[in-house]
Amino acid sequence: MRAALLGTKRGRVSVAILGLFVFLAVFGALIAPDDPRASSTAVLEGPSAEHVLGTTELGSDVFSQVLAGARVSMVVGLAAAFISSVLGSAVGLIGGYFGGWTDRVFDSFENWFLVIPQLPLMVVLARLLDPSLTVLIAVIGLTSWAGTGRIVRSQVLTLKERAFVERSRALGASDWHIIRALSFLGLGDPTALSWGTMLEHGFAAGAPSAGAWWYVVPPGLCITVLVFAIGLIGYALEQQINPRLQDAR
Amino acid sequence: VSPRWLAGKALAALLTLIFVLIFNFFLFRVMGDPTTQLARLPRATPEEIQELRAYYGLDKPVLGQFADYAGDTVRLDLGVSQQTRRSVWDEIGDALPWTILLVGVGTLLATVIGTWLGIVAATRRGTRTDDSLLGFSLFTYAAPEYWIGLILILLFAVAIPIFPAGLQMTPGAEFSSWLDKALDVAEHLVLPATALTLMLLGQYFVIMRSSMVDVLTEDFITVKRAIGLPWARVVRGHAVPNALLPLVTLSAIQFGAVMGGVITIETIFSWPGLGDLSFRAIEDKDFPVLQGTFLVFSVSVILLNLLADALYFVLDPRVQDA
Repeated sequence: MRAALLGTKRGRVSVAILGLFVFLAVFGALIAPDDPRASSTAVLEGPSAEHVLGTTELGSDVFSQVLAGARVSMVVGLAAAFISSVLGSAVGLIGGYFGGWTDRVFDSFENWFLVIPQLPLMVVLARLLDPSLTVLIAVIGLTSWAGTGRIVRSQVLTLKERAFVERSRALGASDWHIIRALSFLGLGDPTALSWGTMLEHGFAAGAPSAGAWWYVVPPGLCITVLVFAIGLIGYALEQQINPRLQDAR
Repeated sequence: VSPRWLAGKALAALLTLIFVLIFNFFLFRVMGDPTTQLARLPRATPEEIQELRAYYGLDKPVLGQFADYAGDTVRLDLGVSQQTRRSVWDEIGDALPWTILLVGVGTLLATVIGTWLGIVAATRRGTRTDDSLLGFSLFTYAAPEYWIGLILILLFAVAIPIFPAGLQMTPGAEFSSWLDKALDVAEHLVLPATALTLMLLGQYFVIMRSSMVDVLTEDFITVKRAIGLPWARVVRGHAVPNALLPLVTLSAIQFGAVMGGVITIETIFSWPGLGDLSFRAIEDKDFPVLQGTFLVFSVSVILLNLLADALYFVLDPRVQDA
């Protein structure tokens, strides 16, 4: 496993990136140059010596917000991914192991959750409940386990459903921006500072049409690079675990 | 793969539809009882709440409520928007064509470009072209689609203002002809459709690439080459058709994600489709509209999955050989 992650340049880079984000999640708020929530009269100003990545519509420092926002973004993502993989593995294992009627019932349940469009479902759930981080984590975790369930089941049965595994791995990575999408739609915890809420506030304040790229680019880029690194790590691990994939490359 | 298999799929789709109906009913009845919302109003008396419960049929037993709901839904009576007082079905009817246009164009472009790039990469495996295409598609895949949308606005509506940043046509414009209007809509469609295309492109590329790589190493391809068929003909005539099959399933699976993308992308570009409608319903807590759009999203995904299964049935070479 260590060789899979650190044996290639790609693996080393992704691990380094993930490490950096974990570091930011822990210490980001401490090393931020400004109070990320402090407002000032310098509203929507471009990058300067004082504000490396410019300011928000309330005059807060964008760079500090990006650093401080790492924590909520990472915690929500990890917690939701944890719930969804535990749930998915349990359902997949039980179905695949017991077979017969148990499998058929669990399998149709999975099918339902695979077919019901995830973001609309989460939007509905998040709106019906009151927005908070716990609700957000639970909603994502409870709606996104079906892909994992399907992988685990097929691994239990045989290793042959390759195309599906590949597809679902991609789906797994998509959990990460679905989380941000909920925050972006204003369905996250309104008081929490994350990359998703930064994009939401920037969009609501008209940052894109004001040409305030310094407010729009950094949070989205952080999400992209994080998802990218997680995807590459998953890919490296899978190649290690499933030798058939190695041959096909 | 047989007609029986297809019939099984159709039955499964029907069961899923029923499940969605039940789910939708309980989701909104149990969690979003409209009277709990109304009861928060400062001066609602118990009598008024009781009256409202009767109005919504909430005083009946649950099974009776469900029968009412299922009957109404089948008759396409989805209730009335709490915000506009128009029927939810009318609201959806206005929005649906815009979503179909956006999703249709975006999906078509993503499929064609993604498939083509996948073929290019697979036949040049291990080269620099392959690497950069893979890097590009993984990047667009990792990037959230709404962020791609915002970047497109920054680049092509603000920095270089060549495309409109939002709406579906110029507000208040008078069009001299049908063509003028179509061109105006097309101009407004460019950025949201590009965002959707970039969101979907990566998956088509990755699946097509790995599917092609698989097919190209199979025995029958080696045989075709050994008997002296030109490489280009082997790729076009034999490898591509076989590699396309997994893509059919992918487009169906993708469709759930497309519906998510529709919500965020339409919101960003104020594109007046179902996604924009749901977003406004979220903001206004307009539950009948939210319930209606959720139903339409779910039903369309189920139907498209069934369509993909049927297509798979038609395209599968094993069926044609028999």
